[in-house]
Amino acid sequence: MSLLGAFDVSGSALSAQSIRLNATSSNLANAETVSSNRDTTYRARHPVFSAVMDTFNPDKATTGVRVDGIVESQSELRMRYEPEHPLSNEEGYIFLPNVNAIEEMANMISASRSYQYNVEAMNTTKQMLMATLQLGK
Amino acid sequence: MRFNLDKAMGIHETALYVRARRSAVLTSNLANSDTPDYKARDIDFKQVLKNAEGMKSGGGMQMTNSKHMQVGGYNAATAELLYRQPFQASLDGNTVDAQIEKAKFAENSMQYQSSLNFLTGKFKALTLAIKGQ
Repeated sequence: MSLLGAFDVSGSALSAQSIRLNATSSNLANAETVSSNRDTTYRARHPVFSAVMDTFNPDKATTGVRVDGIVESQSELRMRYEPEHPLSNEEGYIFLPNVNAIEEMANMISASRSYQYNVEAMNTTKQMLMATLQLGK
Repeated sequence: MRFNLDKAMGIHETALYVRARRSAVLTSNLANSDTPDYKARDIDFKQVLKNAEGMKSGGGMQMTNSKHMQVGGYNAATAELLYRQPFQASLDGNTVDAQIEKAKFAENSMQYQSSLNFLTGKFKALTLAIKGQ
């Protein structure tokens, strides 16, 4: 039954989008988390999505989403000269995460919009199924 | 005349099935609107229904002898999914345009409801015929 499969698909999308939203909030929360060396500095994290074909289903109509993993951004960390800072290194530099706040905000809006219309799709599917159950009454 | 429930329901049963399947396909498109390299898919409803109707009205194999075996007709469940032509290419290879998909999804669910209404009408007519009042 295709309509029941649609629930799983929307559910997988909701889960993926909420992981994306989580990553965005943790990036924004840690945007100013300073450190005294490159290795221990927080790096922006982003989820990687991929499509999962439902090959067991004979009608092959549904394709869900899966989060393949979270990758850390490899772009350059920000360095700031602040010798008075307790975490500054020998040269007087502190390291700041490579979080791009504008990018993160755009990501957040995109994720929340996607979440919204997947919820909408789920609701519509539910209404369609409820109407089907009333068939012939 | 022998009564056949399949015939009484007409094409609406197949139509409802294809609508349900299309709904799942469009839901998948919406779900994958942020997946890199995902290609949006859809069902050509008109074509599928035409094929199904052609089979029903004898466009397929016909039995001219009582010893002939019944050949499986056109299966709307396995009708092929097509790829949507994107209006604008995107850098990550994704061809889902959320606005278009949402519009199609809303359209399809309305059409699903109308197919349901047609079926309900058929059922009502049958009940009326059975009860005779």
